[in-house]
Amino acid sequence: MKKVIANKEIDVNEEGYLVDFKQWDREVGECLAGDCDIVLTERHWDVIEYIHDKHNKEEALSIRGIKKSGVIDVKEFYSLFPGGPLKKATLIAGIPKPKSCI
Amino acid sequence: MSTKVKKMLFILSKGTIENAYAAFVMANGARMEGIESEIFFTFFGLETIQKKKIDHLHVATVGNPAMHIPTMLGGLPGMEALATKMMKKEMEKLDMPPIGEFLEILSDSGCKLWGCKLAVDMFHLKREDLIDQLDGILTIGDFYSRADEEGCQLLFI
Repeated sequence: MKKVIANKEIDVNEEGYLVDFKQWDREVGECLAGDCDIVLTERHWDVIEYIHDKHNKEEALSIRGIKKSGVIDVKEFYSLFPGGPLKKATLIAGIPKPKSCI
Repeated sequence: MSTKVKKMLFILSKGTIENAYAAFVMANGARMEGIESEIFFTFFGLETIQKKKIDHLHVATVGNPAMHIPTMLGGLPGMEALATKMMKKEMEKLDMPPIGEFLEILSDSGCKLWGCKLAVDMFHLKREDLIDQLDGILTIGDFYSRADEEGCQLLFI
């Protein structure tokens, strides 16, 4: 389905995740974050950059990966994206929701 | 009344690796979904939070038909160690953290970790025998009072 995000018409799935990453840009990310009541700071962007890097390499995201990332620790990750950090971070980053149980 | 799960409380009473992971994966999964979680370690569950034992937990090979190892063979020396090694290898492939690292992740994610006072006394354990991340030692009454809110579920493992 289509949703207007940052004045652009964007394809999203029923949970609001972007279907096509090519439609993502920083403005879209900021709007998606706003929907989650998150104001993006430099630290958020560091995490989003890390997530994009993993996505490009087709490597699965996990909380253990976050711990080992060297970008951010688990505690800060939870404080930056409260209420389901990996779910929200991937939504904002414009990539699919991780399928892993860990 | 809201049906939404807001908090998951786990009681881990067993010290085998498969039971520890069941509790940890569910507690971590709750936090990842924005649900509060806490684990109460009692009886053999305390093995999973003792500094000295944390890296030596085993999978149970006896009395577990789902292992598909005849009970007589499961009891032979080395069988538990072998089965545990194989299971750990498979877990590593899925990027499942070892027990000690998993407890660090849980603690950092805001999952509260509690020792059971009665079991701690019974096994003659001291606070320093248990992991640093432990949030405290509680009676079962203290633990129940933490469950006293809407949307809270208790699970015994």
